[in-house]
Amino acid sequence: MTEVILFGLFAAVALAGAVVMLTARNPVYSAMGLLIVMFSMALFYVLLDAHFVAAVQLLVYAGAVMTLFLFVIMMIGVDKREDNAESIPFQRVITFVVAGGLAVVVVLAGYQAWVTGSDAFGTPDLVGTIETVADSLFGTWTIAFLSTVLLLTIAALGTIALALFGPTAVRKTEPEEGA
Amino acid sequence: MSVTVAWYMVFAAVLFSMGAAGVLLRRNALVMFMSIELMLNSVNLTFIAAGSELGLIEGQVAALFVMVVAAAEVTVGLAILVAVFRRRSSANVDELSELRG
Repeated sequence: MTEVILFGLFAAVALAGAVVMLTARNPVYSAMGLLIVMFSMALFYVLLDAHFVAAVQLLVYAGAVMTLFLFVIMMIGVDKREDNAESIPFQRVITFVVAGGLAVVVVLAGYQAWVTGSDAFGTPDLVGTIETVADSLFGTWTIAFLSTVLLLTIAALGTIALALFGPTAVRKTEPEEGA
Repeated sequence: MSVTVAWYMVFAAVLFSMGAAGVLLRRNALVMFMSIELMLNSVNLTFIAAGSELGLIEGQVAALFVMVVAAAEVTVGLAILVAVFRRRSSANVDELSELRG
């Protein structure tokens, strides 16, 4: 029963956070809405006995990624208000139709394909401690894990290259072509 | 009454669709990135819920990999955004429409 109450409460909180993220005109409010969703996600992971992933979720998303978002928001200015004009006709209506249709299709497809219960290979009452996750990560999936190391290194190098060799502030004074 | 995995799946589908709506609706590239993060998070929730239901640790390992890819994506994406902003003084994607054939 506790689980149902926690799920309902934090599902409502996460949905509210997502709505704030979608509708806020100020990007800082959007970031705060996303932060609420991240915290709720970490609680869902704890409910699903994925304790290590919940801790990583808080450290990586709520800690690192959101801080990066806030840095960039502060860097490029929060006072710019977003333009409400629709550049594509009926953009908002089309968006709601597409997103609602996507939700229906995903739920239906999941309902068609969903199986329940542990399969023959699974361990019932699995708890995602550091030990069980690391056994799988450094045992079965070592190559994939090393690939993520490579991916992160390349991403970091690309970011540094963009910052060093990207457009300089001087070019901002150039006249706009075709404007 | 207890929470079944189907609840998590439906909840994740709703969050995923809200993220997709955000990408389609918003003009601020930062908020579009946040919407993509929301979509990745909802997929992580389905991974972990399915792994918990089937008793396989691979669900959590897949979620960790998704987190790594999301971190790399957001780093490069925000670096591109800052580079665009230094050139254009704007983060509005409607103004970045000059790449035409």
